[in-house]
Amino acid sequence: MRELRYLEAMREGLFEEMRRDSSVIVLGEDVRHSVRGLTKGIIGEFGPARIYDTPISEAAFTGLATGAALAGMRPVVEYQINALLFVAFDQLVDQAQKLRYMMGGQGTIPVTYVITASGARRALAGQHSDHPYPLLLHMGMKTVMPTTPEDAKGLFKAAIREDDPVVVFSPAALLATKGPVPDGDYVTPLGRARVARAGADLTIVAVGPLVPEALAAAETLAQEGISAEVIDPRSLLPLDAETLLASARKTGHVVLFDDSNRTCGFAAELAALFADRAWEALRAPVRRITRADVPVPFSTPLESVVLPSRERLLEACRGCLAGVKA
Amino acid sequence: MGELSRDQLVGFYRTMRTIRRFEQRVVELINRNEIPGAAHEYVGEEAVATGVCHALRPDDVITSTHRGHGHILAKGGDPRRMMAELMGKTAGYNRGRGGSMHIADLELGIFGANGIVGAGAPIACGAAMAARLKGRDGVAVAFFGDGATNQGALLEALNLGAIWKLPVVFVCENNGYAITASIREMSPLQRLADRAAAFGMPGDTVDGMDVRAVHEGARRAVARARSGGGPSFLECRTYRFVGHFTAEKALGIRYRSDEEIEEWRQRDPLVTYPAWLRERQICDPAEVDEAVEAVLEDAVAFARQSPLPAAEEALDGMYATTYPGLPARGW
Ligand SMILES: Cc1ncc(C[n+]2csc(CCOP(=O)(O)OP(=O)(O)O)c2C)c(N)n1
Repeated sequence: MRELRYLEAMREGLFEEMRRDSSVIVLGEDVRHSVRGLTKGIIGEFGPARIYDTPISEAAFTGLATGAALAGMRPVVEYQINALLFVAFDQLVDQAQKLRYMMGGQGTIPVTYVITASGARRALAGQHSDHPYPLLLHMGMKTVMPTTPEDAKGLFKAAIREDDPVVVFSPAALLATKGPVPDGDYVTPLGRARVARAGADLTIVAVGPLVPEALAAAETLAQEGISAEVIDPRSLLPLDAETLLASARKTGHVVLFDDSNRTCGFAAELAALFADRAWEALRAPVRRITRADVPVPFSTPLESVVLPSRERLLEACRGCLAGVKA
Repeated sequence: MGELSRDQLVGFYRTMRTIRRFEQRVVELINRNEIPGAAHEYVGEEAVATGVCHALRPDDVITSTHRGHGHILAKGGDPRRMMAELMGKTAGYNRGRGGSMHIADLELGIFGANGIVGAGAPIACGAAMAARLKGRDGVAVAFFGDGATNQGALLEALNLGAIWKLPVVFVCENNGYAITASIREMSPLQRLADRAAAFGMPGDTVDGMDVRAVHEGARRAVARARSGGGPSFLECRTYRFVGHFTAEKALGIRYRSDEEIEEWRQRDPLVTYPAWLRERQICDPAEVDEAVEAVLEDAVAFARQSPLPAAEEALDGMYATTYPGLPARGW
């Protein structure tokens, strides 16, 4: 297989879908010159009728996508940074996400929203480091977060073909990572988790940019004689609960590793899932390593305390297996 | 003013009368607890929706507001299915999921009344863009109030419409108030249509109590949009004779003088316009009234006999494609 970078794979997926379906249009800030790289060269191939550089008007271009979708287009909306979801929030959750239900099932709203650099990088501080997917999940919004180049392309293509609004988070920390990508047309279906590493003693559910960290932690644990299974849900809603639960039932130990805030975060939801449906198999309380509930600070030593880390994951895994309470 | 046929002139009255009587029936039904919740009545503003929507084709699109009954009726909405929706019945436009503030009929180009002030304007821009991309000459109209002109999403939408020359018409229903807030205090402008200049589009102000004036303004703006000339802003000066919503009386708030309300009532389009029709012997408005009464009687009867939705249906219809466990149950 070819090796591609995560962002290149996404870009390839976008171009393929645009060639396949003339109703796909792209809207976003600076998409013609593509500051992020996702849409590099797009205007040359598809022309100005399908590619729109928007003014800095997140509410309006998000709402415009909803109207265009209801009228038969399939818009892809790119947000330059993660926090712009907050600026467009009404149009996302009150309009795009609610309208079909509120209209009694009339119409479809096939919009794909791409957050091309989600989560923290380094030293971008509080307003450029958020990972706000739990807010969308809370509203029932279909949300995916690919972690490999293969899934980045496959899930993005699946999102574009989905007849509902879908948010695609591409973690900033993963955009430059390389990996194998199959040739030809394929999609990674929504609602199926990926077992990133098989194991017998402990289940680590890692989300987004933390998947490579969890795999590295699993290596370390292996040297200590602990066999950790790492699961990458990749589709957060719909969620493949069965794969997660099967792993928990096999290992009896679950540690959640999530790059969103702690309170009402995705890990809180997963903890409840395991308590509800795998209680009898659990041999220790479910643990979660998450972000702290503060804005991500600028200075490196502060930042590393707030963000979830491999060290804390390792501690939690060892503690969970030893039956030590968190 | 363009030449209007007798049918058009009578049609204006039929629509205005239908809206007025629809709203009055709604209040009765709310008072009898046959309609749950509250509604934002359009009484006094009928000439605006009527004049604008009669300038549209069936394949044109509108986005409406929290005060949407009039827009929907004027765009051809079925009073039966509207009434059923207000009662929360299965035969309602939204199968009981929307109610007064969310009635939609995509086939009639009604992209929904909307509970969030100003939110419909970007959606109208999207419908306008889609029409153009599909090579059609469809037009979209965004209705909004004077209060909405201070909302960011609306101002952003005006700009988008203008830079992309979208076939959209922004119709401002200036009834003077946003709930209790007078637009005189909330905007530095005397004429809200002056906002249009900031977006490089024509801004027209018309008498919103005169259906022919509204229609003439709308016809111009729609023709401009349809022929590729881009968006316009149409301010219609109007007034609501009643409270912001049906529950206002119970709140005991006062923000308008009786004299002011009385002054505007002198210009009630449901009095002045039928008088004008009678004077010119265009028709006998009483005949229209009778026909409207029958339609509404039938609508109420239809809504009453439609069943309430089965409780198990509550999770249906959110997604076009569902998955196991989606949507999540609450129990
Ligand atoms: C964004 C937003 N802010 C506040 C409200 C509460 N609200 C509902 S209607 C309304 C007044 C709207 O005034 P206007 O746009 O002039 O329309 P009118 O009610 O006069 O028809 C307000 C403040 C809301 N629904 N949405």
